[in-house]
This record gives sequence, structure tokens and C-alpha cells, in this order.
Amino acid sequence: MATLDSKIPAGPLAEKWRKHKVDMKLVNPANKRKYEVIVVGAGLAGASAASSLADLGYKVKNFVFHDSPRRAHSIAAQGGINAAKNYQNDGDSVYRLFYDTLKGGDYRAREANVHRLAEVSVNIIDQCAALGVPFAREYGGLLANRSFGGAQVSRTFYARGQTGQQLLLGAYSSLSRTVGQGLVELHTHSEMLDLVVVDGHAKGIIVRDLITGAITRHSADAVILATGGYGNVFNLATYARGSNTTAIWRAYKRGACFANPCYTQIHPTCIPVSGDYQSKLTLMSESLRNDGRIWVPKKKEDRLKKPSEIPEADRDYYLERIYPSFGNLCPRDVASRAAKRMCDEGRGVGESGLGVYLDFADAINRLGENGVRERYGNLFDIYHEITAESAYKQPMRIYPAVHYTMGGLWVDYNLMSNVPGLFVLGEANFSDHGANRLGASALMQGLADGYFVIPYTIGDYLAGQKPGSRPSTDRAEFKQAEENVSSMNKRFLASKGKEPVSHFHKRLGKIMWEHCGMARTKASLEEALKLIPALREEFHANVKVPGSADTLNQSLEQAGRVADFIELGELLCRDALTREESCGGHFREEHQWPDGECKRDDEKFAHVAAWEFQGDGKTPLRNTEPLNYEFTKMSVRSYK
Amino acid sequence: MVAEKPSKKLFAVKLRVWRQAGPSAPGAFVEYSLNTVNPDMSFLEMLDVLNDDLTMKGEEPVAFAHDCREGICGTCSCTINGKPHGPGQGVATCQVYMRAYRDGDVITIEPFRAKAFPIIKDLVVDRSAFDKIQQAGGYITARAGSAPDANAIPVPKGDADLAMDAAQCIGCGACVAACKNASAMLFVAAKVGHLGVLPQGQAERDRRVLAMVSTMDSLGFGSCTNQYECSAACPKLISHDFIARMNRDYMGASFRQMFKAEAASTGGGAG
Ligand SMILES: Cc1cc2nc3c(=O)[nH]c(=O)nc-3n(C[C@H](O)[C@H](O)[C@H](O)COP(=O)(O)OP(=O)(O)OC[C@H]3O[C@@H](n4cnc5c(N)ncnc54)[C@H](O)[C@@H]3O)c2cc1C
Ligand code: FES
Repeated sequence: MATLDSKIPAGPLAEKWRKHKVDMKLVNPANKRKYEVIVVGAGLAGASAASSLADLGYKVKNFVFHDSPRRAHSIAAQGGINAAKNYQNDGDSVYRLFYDTLKGGDYRAREANVHRLAEVSVNIIDQCAALGVPFAREYGGLLANRSFGGAQVSRTFYARGQTGQQLLLGAYSSLSRTVGQGLVELHTHSEMLDLVVVDGHAKGIIVRDLITGAITRHSADAVILATGGYGNVFNLATYARGSNTTAIWRAYKRGACFANPCYTQIHPTCIPVSGDYQSKLTLMSESLRNDGRIWVPKKKEDRLKKPSEIPEADRDYYLERIYPSFGNLCPRDVASRAAKRMCDEGRGVGESGLGVYLDFADAINRLGENGVRERYGNLFDIYHEITAESAYKQPMRIYPAVHYTMGGLWVDYNLMSNVPGLFVLGEANFSDHGANRLGASALMQGLADGYFVIPYTIGDYLAGQKPGSRPSTDRAEFKQAEENVSSMNKRFLASKGKEPVSHFHKRLGKIMWEHCGMARTKASLEEALKLIPALREEFHANVKVPGSADTLNQSLEQAGRVADFIELGELLCRDALTREESCGGHFREEHQWPDGECKRDDEKFAHVAAWEFQGDGKTPLRNTEPLNYEFTKMSVRSYK
Repeated sequence: MVAEKPSKKLFAVKLRVWRQAGPSAPGAFVEYSLNTVNPDMSFLEMLDVLNDDLTMKGEEPVAFAHDCREGICGTCSCTINGKPHGPGQGVATCQVYMRAYRDGDVITIEPFRAKAFPIIKDLVVDRSAFDKIQQAGGYITARAGSAPDANAIPVPKGDADLAMDAAQCIGCGACVAACKNASAMLFVAAKVGHLGVLPQGQAERDRRVLAMVSTMDSLGFGSCTNQYECSAACPKLISHDFIARMNRDYMGASFRQMFKAEAASTGGGAG
């Protein structure tokens, strides 16, 4: 049984972080150089952590599987980043951002973590502006904001439709500076394939050089994983193709608990699937919902008609109808499920029937075509590129797709997992978004973790480790982990199977989407729990991995990642099955209100489920961390 | 649920793909026919299909670089029929769709070619030279925690917009591949321009441009002869005006540096 001590500091909500910063132990500056920290990942979370720790004086080694840190998946975020600056004077505050995030997460996150996130959000914007992030500005030269993702205040900062890119390039610039100054040792094209635990503490990793195939051991005084989300377990998702779960999955198999894997977010506005060859789904930024109106035909018979032939009276603007006060801006999970219900009723549009319209006709009437182009031109271009349709002339067709994973490795208030010395940041941890993440909050969390939390909390751990005491890589634990990695690769290459890795990834994705997607039932999950182990067996018996282990071999890389996805998929379904309630992104059909909304069960499930590995083929152990709401009342989330 | 779209007519293409087993191995074009191309497929999805076919035949699939598949990470890097990123304008390889081709087309696919981008395997090249240029000076020094309130330094909207035009660079290297001299001027100018127009970037402005340009020169990139193939191939259509702007910055900075060096050697300027 793992010990899950959240280490939430005592005291009033708004004082906790300030007081904790004072109470934490410090490492004296002369000693900092003696500590080595491994950071895996250089997305927003990893890059900001690596450069901040290097600036503090720690020796940092940074590993990424990409060819450059600038390619991390954070680069693709479009919409924006939240911060409680209240520059718009519209009633925002740290408390309101805290409250919105907690409520948006359907009361399945820790109050103290979320409050800290809201507090440091203001520093993030300052830091990014200082680094030269070209945020959108008003004519007076001050920063512009927009309202985003269901917020009733304008607190989202943005850089055209490329906010993630600009924030990442900002973090990358600091990382580059510290690499140039010799403070960070950067390893690109280097994939972490195992975690090394020595005497119960995380003290190193095993890495494969993706170009030469060389497998190397690296020891450190602490290990930070900032390796992103695991949404590609669904195969089709808005993630970059390379995003994967391997780092956190292998850490799980070394004892780190995996929390709430079933909390996955499905984004309502993506371009629908067009064929079996499809490799990814493209997000259409949520900001489109500020001006676009979502509808389907009232009558099933109309669903294949041209939208222009369907008169106003025969259209169902269902979000405006069902949620009059939030309308098209209701939260993601609510909007996604509503779209699914419409399609399940047979009113979905497009050839597949899996689509709804996002219509800009009213906005064009109001703002003119150029006005709309100014706001969303690049998104309309992307849509046109992919579908060959013009959204100025006809409504976009959109459908929900997997977009974010709220679950991840369990961490305490210090962002340390239950394995001492192993810290987890960004989308890879489970910490701040509960069962559902609000728009523009992931970028905020990644940078909060890296710039403003880990620089304080890692010292508290390191101060308790004797300088210079990190283990030698000659130890048995390193040798065993390295052998684990090489033998896995050997097995893949020796497999005499027939099917490419992609074949199994597609099949896993189908199982996940059909049985554990937007709506889950006991029966569908039990079915998935039969199908996935069978798929796993078939994968190991019938996968074909050409080439060798000592060169760039993308099939081999993929084989390892898909093997992990299959195992994670099983855990995800198990978590979904045991969480007998609906909350946020986790919707169990058995648990809904008569109007189809999520029905939480606070008495039984106001807790974090943190799964503990028990060995291959054994059922993992479900640990729980109770969630206490001291400062807020757990209300029923309503967006009507 | 993956929906099939049955009505699209599939077509056939002939691919001539550069195959090279490793950095020092000899490379050559190899021909493949693909008969099941759907016009709605992306170019990279077409390569996925080719690779699955090759794998099932027991051959090694074509190594190619890709990640986001939506034109923002800068990973994809194919030269298609002689053009970096292929037939479109303002798009990356991953944003090319097969509807740009017709039945029977021959498509030649090569890696981005430049001395400073050695080939790793097949279509994958090593662009770490770009990271080295950034490490030399492509930043504003601001440690976490040291920043003033973001609104303390107003930035005129025009400047912010101009900075953003340059900052959009995705670091793919198409500019280098398109240039007959394999120059990295557009890439460097975009970063120098982005940080140089912002008030926050002034303190390190001279240092930045000098360090980045000298690192670029040392890494084997060629010089710029103002042909502007770079801007035309850029997936973000970054303007070559930034090159002129950087040249001015560079001249000014070199002059000031010379002056400073002189002042130092004559004992002036100390204080
Ligand atoms: C299309 C899209 C749009 C989005 N838009 C927004 C938005 O507008 N606002 C918002 O707040 N959020 C948005 N998000 C979510 C947000 O972008 C991500 O949650 C966030 O950027 C994740 O950052 P990260 O640092 O945790 O991970 P990532 O950026 O995914 O970085 C992961 C890093 O880990 C490395 N890595 C992974 N595994 C290994 C390994 N085994 N070995 C070595 N290195 C490894 C990778 O190389 C990479 O450097 C969006 C997401 C998507 C998909
Ligand atoms: S794959 Fe990211 S830009 Fe093409």
C-alpha cells in the first residue's frame, strides 16, 4: 500500500503557499552546484523547470526525444493562457480564477493546489512578457485579453492563434541561454526508457539515443518528469504523433502511483474524422465558440441537406437552447457530450453523421467577412486546407476529439510523487485540473510548475540528501534497468509477426473511443477489459518491427510506446469502471441526472484514485487520497 | 467510431524516395508505386500508408521527421519535387494534402539539403545547428521571479505585431534548404527581429546579433545573396525585410563594438 500524504500546509487558503515557502528547507548556494537534477521533457513545464533550476545553481541534465526542445507538443497550443491579472477591471481575482478552476474540475482537485496555481498565474505573465513573448496588445501598448473556454471574465492572454508556440519559444530561449552558459547539459533525440530507483529514491534514468541506438545510464540527486499527456492512448487525438506515455508509464512500473487515469478531456471543436488512414485530429480553437453558433437540423431527414437549404426554423441551436446562460460557451465536457447526444439521435451532419455545424453566418453579418477574418483567419485557413471547404461560405463541421489528460502520476503539494526524489510537472501529473480542465489553464499550470513551484519545492527534498551522495551508475539497480530496456527492444526486433505497430495502435484507439470515450458504461468497460488484454497478447505475438536497434528506427520507438499505451489503456478502463459516478470528463451513463448531466457521488468518490503497480499480469492496487473541501462548498456544476 | 467516407475516388502515384541508411552511407532514389491514394489524405499520411506496406513486406520503412502534423512544430522537412515543403505556399510538409496531385503523378521526395544539415537517415536531417545559434544569443536574459509587472513596459501595438510576425518562425530549416547558398539568414533574422523590436530586448541587442551571426557563420551556413527564395519557401511566409533589418543591426553593433574596443585599448571608457 503506497503512502499518499498530500502534504498540504495548514492554515488559511490564501496563506498556505506563502507560509510553505517560508517553512521549506533551503539548499545553501555553495552546495547547489553539488546536486545534479535530471529533467525529462522540455515542453512548457520541462523547459521552464530546467532553466529555472540551472539559474538557481543546480547542475541540470535535460533529455528530450525530440530533435530540439522547441518541438515539444506545447508548441501546438493555440488559444491562450489564463492569469488573474484583472487588467480588464471586470471583476477577476485570484479567488475567482481559483474558484472557476476548482468548479470547472468538478470538485475533484485539491483546493490548496488550485489556489496556488491561481496565485502564481500573475507572475507567469510578467515572466513571459520579460522574455519577449509577443502577447497581443491594445493600441495603448498594454496587454489585451479575451474571454475563453467558458469564463465569464476576460483573463486569457494570447499571441494570435499561436500562444503555446510563443510561450514555449520563450521558455526555450531561457533554456537555450542556460545551455549556452554551460549550466544545462542538453540531450536531444534521447528517450527515457526506464526510471532507476535506489533504496526507495528516484536516482536516475536509462536513455536510448534515438540516432545511434546507444543505451546509457544517468544518475542524479532527483529526477523530474515533464513528459506531457497520454491522450494518444486513443490513437486519434489532437496531440502530436510523438506524444506518449512511456516515461510516466515506466515510472509507474517502478512504483509511482498513477492517479485518475480515466479523467480524459474531449474537446468539442475538432475537425471530424475523414478516413481510416487518418493519423491525427486537428483542433479548431475554442475561441471560435465566441462568435460561432453550434447547431444541427431539428429533423433527422435534413441531416444530409446542404446547410443553406435548412431554414432557420428547422435548426436546433442546441447549446443555446439547453444552456441559456452559457450557450455556445459552456465548458468543454458539457459541449462535447451534447454534440454526441445530437449525433446519437441521428441528427449529426456530414457523410459520417458524426459532426455538428459551427456557423459564422451571424458573425459575418455583424462584423463583416473581414472582421471575422481578422479574428479567425488562420483557423479558417487551416479548416480549408484540411477539408477543402470555406467556412466563410458554409458552416464548419466539427466533432469532439480527445485533447487532454487530467490524470497522470500522483504528486503531493510539492509536486513529488510517492517515490521520493521523483517530481512530476505539467500535463504528466494529475494535480490541478480535477476531472476537467478549463481552457487556457494547461499552459498556466505547466509554467507555474516549472517557473514558480519546483524551484522552491525541490530544495526541500535535496536539503535532506547529502551532497555528492548520488549513486554510481555501476550499481545493480542501473544494470538491471538497462537490461530491462535492451531486452524489451530485442524482443520486438525478434518478433516474427506480420502487422505494423500502427495497426495495433489503431485498434487500441477504436476500443478506447468506443468503450471508454465520451460516455462509458459498466458493460462497455467490462468489454474493454476483455478486449485490451487480448490485443496486448496479439500485439506481442504478431507485431512486425523491421530494422535494427543500433540506428534510427522509428518502428522500434513506436513499438515501445504502443506497448505502454496498451497497458495504460487497460488501467484507464479499470479506473473508469471503479469510479461509479460521473464527473467532469468522466461520464458514466448509469450516473446522470434526468437532463443528461453528470451526477457526482461526493459521498463515495470525493477522492483521488491512485493506482499502484503490483507486477505484470496482476491487478493493480487502488489507493485513495480523500479530497477535503474546507473553504468551498461542493456545489453541483450547472451551466444553465 | 471511425467513419469511412466511401465516395472519394482513390488514385495511383509513383514515388521516388531518397533512401540512405545512415550519415555516411551512400544514398539513392528508390521507386515505389502506391495505388490507394485518397485525395483527403495528408502527404504524411500517404507516407504512413507506404511505410505500413513496406513493413508488411518485411522491408524497412522510410524514416521521415514529423510530429504535430499541423504546421507548427517545424519537425517535418521534405523537399517535394524540388521544393522544400512541396507545392503549397505558406505551409509545411505536413499540411500538404494529396488532392494537390493527380492519378499517375510522379513525386520525388528528398530530405532538406544543406551542408549544415547532415542527413541522419532517409529523409531525416540533423538541424541541431539551429539550436546552437539560439544558444549563442537568441534570448532575453530574465531569470524566473525577476520580472516587473507585465504592463509596466507598454509595447506599441505595431511593434508587438511586427515582433509576432517574426516570432512565428517554426525553425524548420526550409529557408536554408531553399537557398542556393544554404544560408540561415532568414532564420537568424527572424529571431533577431522578434527580440530587437521589443523594448525588453534592447539591453542585449548588440550582443545578440553579433553572437548569433558569428555562430551562424561558424556552423557552415552560406552567405545571403538576396535571392529571397527563403521567404517564398517559409511555411509562415516570414518576410525577407527582417534580413535587411538585421543587416542594419549588425552594422550598428559591429561599429559600436569597434568603438568600445578602441576606447578600452586607449584607456577611455573606464569608470
Ligand atoms: C492542439 C492543442 C491545443 C492546445 N491549446 C491549449 C491552449 O490554448 N491553452 C492551454 O492552456 N492549453 C492548451 N493545450 C494543452 C497544452 O498545450 C498542454 O497540456 C501542455 O502544453 C503540455 O505541456 P507539457 O510541458 O506538460 O508537455 P509537452 O509540451 O507535451 O512536452 C513533453 C516533453 O517531454 C519530452 N518527452 C516525453 N516523453 C519523453 C521520454 N520518454 N524521454 C525523453 N523525453 C520525453 C518531449 O520531448 C517534450 O519535450 C492544447 C493542447 C493541444 C493538443
Ligand atoms: S509535423 Fe509539425 S510542422 Fe509539420
